[in-house]
Amino acid sequence: MLRLEKRPQPSRIWTWATPPLAVLVTMIAGGALFAALGKDPVEAIATIFWKPLFGEFAFYYRPQLLIKATPLILIAIGLSLGFRAGVWNIGAEGQYILGALTGAGVGLALYPLDSAVVFPLMIIAGALGGWAWAMIPALLKVRFGTNEILVSLMLVYVAEQLLAAMALGPMRNPDGHGFPGSRNLRDYPSAHNAEIIEGTGMHWGVAAAVIAVIAAYVLLSRHILGFQIRLAGQAPRAARFSGVRPGRLVLVCLGTSGALAGLAGMFEVAGPAGQVSIDFNVGYGFTAIIVAFLGRLHPVGIALAGLLMALTYIGGEMAQSTLGLPAAAIQLFQGMLLFFLLAVDLLTNYRIRIRKKEVA
Amino acid sequence: MTLTRLLTSAALALGLATGATAQDKTKVGFIYVGPIGDGGWTYEHDKGRLAVEEHFGDAVETVYQESVPEGADAARAITQMALQGADLIFTTSFGFMEPTLEVAKKFPNVKFEHATGYKTLPNVSTYSARFYEGRAVQGHIAGEMTESNTIGYIASYPIPEVIRGINSAYLHAKKVNPDVEFKIIWAYTWFDPAKEADAAQALIEQGADVILQHTDSTAPQAAAEKAGDVITFGQASDMAEYAPFPRVSSIIDNWAPYYIDRTQAVIDGTWESQQVWHGIDEGMVKIGEITDAVPADVKADALALKETMAAGEYHPFTGPINRQDGSAWLAEGEIADDGTLLGMDFYVEGISGQIPN
Repeated sequence: MLRLEKRPQPSRIWTWATPPLAVLVTMIAGGALFAALGKDPVEAIATIFWKPLFGEFAFYYRPQLLIKATPLILIAIGLSLGFRAGVWNIGAEGQYILGALTGAGVGLALYPLDSAVVFPLMIIAGALGGWAWAMIPALLKVRFGTNEILVSLMLVYVAEQLLAAMALGPMRNPDGHGFPGSRNLRDYPSAHNAEIIEGTGMHWGVAAAVIAVIAAYVLLSRHILGFQIRLAGQAPRAARFSGVRPGRLVLVCLGTSGALAGLAGMFEVAGPAGQVSIDFNVGYGFTAIIVAFLGRLHPVGIALAGLLMALTYIGGEMAQSTLGLPAAAIQLFQGMLLFFLLAVDLLTNYRIRIRKKEVA
Repeated sequence: MTLTRLLTSAALALGLATGATAQDKTKVGFIYVGPIGDGGWTYEHDKGRLAVEEHFGDAVETVYQESVPEGADAARAITQMALQGADLIFTTSFGFMEPTLEVAKKFPNVKFEHATGYKTLPNVSTYSARFYEGRAVQGHIAGEMTESNTIGYIASYPIPEVIRGINSAYLHAKKVNPDVEFKIIWAYTWFDPAKEADAAQALIEQGADVILQHTDSTAPQAAAEKAGDVITFGQASDMAEYAPFPRVSSIIDNWAPYYIDRTQAVIDGTWESQQVWHGIDEGMVKIGEITDAVPADVKADALALKETMAAGEYHPFTGPINRQDGSAWLAEGEIADDGTLLGMDFYVEGISGQIPN
């Protein structure tokens, strides 16, 4: 008989072994699902995981991988700081939208000014926009003890309405025949988040994501604030004794994640998306939560998890159009990934023992 | 050396093979904004795709991708189809306009067709249907049928196409019933059964006994069926499963002839960039069967209205029509020009409420 035995300490090996194991189990279960739909499971899995990287058109998909992973990684890095400290920002999607609006707003307001300061100003505005939106749940929590999970989540819906209002109203393209959506920032060189090296997908957001990963790593392993964040999450009482001010930590964690989400939105709207439109946001803020946990809240893990998630998106799209897999099957496949990660997490905290039957 | 030769010949064989298939088959791609099972907008586009397959048989291969978000992801989905050798790609939602143009610039030899947009390139055409003609018939029936004189309207996004539909339906309801009043809810979605059901319920509670919709799911039909005394119209698709009541008629988008036509043009090498806006006349807009829940004389009048539009004798926007603020738009007998209609951003006189912006 199998028996679960709680480990005194979470297993170090399993902490890092479970994500790859979860991916493997997802491949097997996903393959079974695709087979049940009448598709060749091996080909489907290869299309999702192999072809975007090494297939015929890899030259196009590899840069796309960076473009898709960048907002996920930027947002997830910010979220992971809070998640480690027990501060739950679920509203990154809203902060992402606000960053896009403030960033694009600055660019559109300065149109058609041709100057090198336009883009840096947009970056600052984008970070501030996301930061300010995150400050609402942060201040409410510190001042009135409200639940930041609910407040930040609800503010996503407010942000979506604001986005629609902006796309239809103040930010609407004056040359757009009354159709919703702003000017295309890609046609405005001073504001365009262009590729740093043509054809690589390396836009300024990718650079920002790399910096964020390194900064978070240094912060968590070397800086006193990083120590306080980890301590507050693991032992809140001990943290208070060692001089951690919980209110300040809430402000810092929500503020940082808000600013990073805002940056992600700004880089997206000025580059890959190009314009403020009603359907600008596609759920990066929520997917980033999965990425943060898949990456074990560790900066390097998050970078890898972000790339993996991007791969399932891009490969999933390929499987749709080349193999005719329905979109729902791909979404199911992505959902399985988190499901199996949570399931195999059991191994991190528990040991499986085989109990011998007692002889009577 | 042997290895190199082997690889070269393999590559050559592969190249020849792909070249041969590309010559044999014309590949047509479709990018959908919703799931093909939405029962409305995307469902009808997919029927058009299936019609292409049936018409051309082995000469044409079709591919599609459903539920593509309008934005940065759309560009990748379209590029993917172009890379995989599509000769002709239909992008079937307004929000795909910028991504379509972006990709089209990179693939000058691939032809693109964008639905409901206004920007073109030498290899990008636009096509849309004069749905407002169907709305006129709908408004006529709605105005005759309502007893509470309150007609509910579930609108999607405040873009010209939707505003045009509201205006056309209102004008023709008003014509047969001067006391009629429109209550409009903006759902900010093309397809979201939960939101649409909520909107329908809210309208019914406000006294509406006719629900018109510019969203694609059948949720409003289900809400009306539950209420028992509310009528609806199928949107984009026939939605005949709710006939004869509450669904009393429908506007059907019929893309098949256009899709077959354009595919043929690509095969023949005669494809050229164009802007097409077809109506009842060309068969792109169809009126679904008017059921027996509608009195015979109302049905006859509605069909007569449809015939006059099909024959080009009557335009739904014929003056005198004033704008909502009372200023004159069209003089007696004047007909709206396509430019104004395509960019319509105002309500006509008599509609209460504001267009959100």
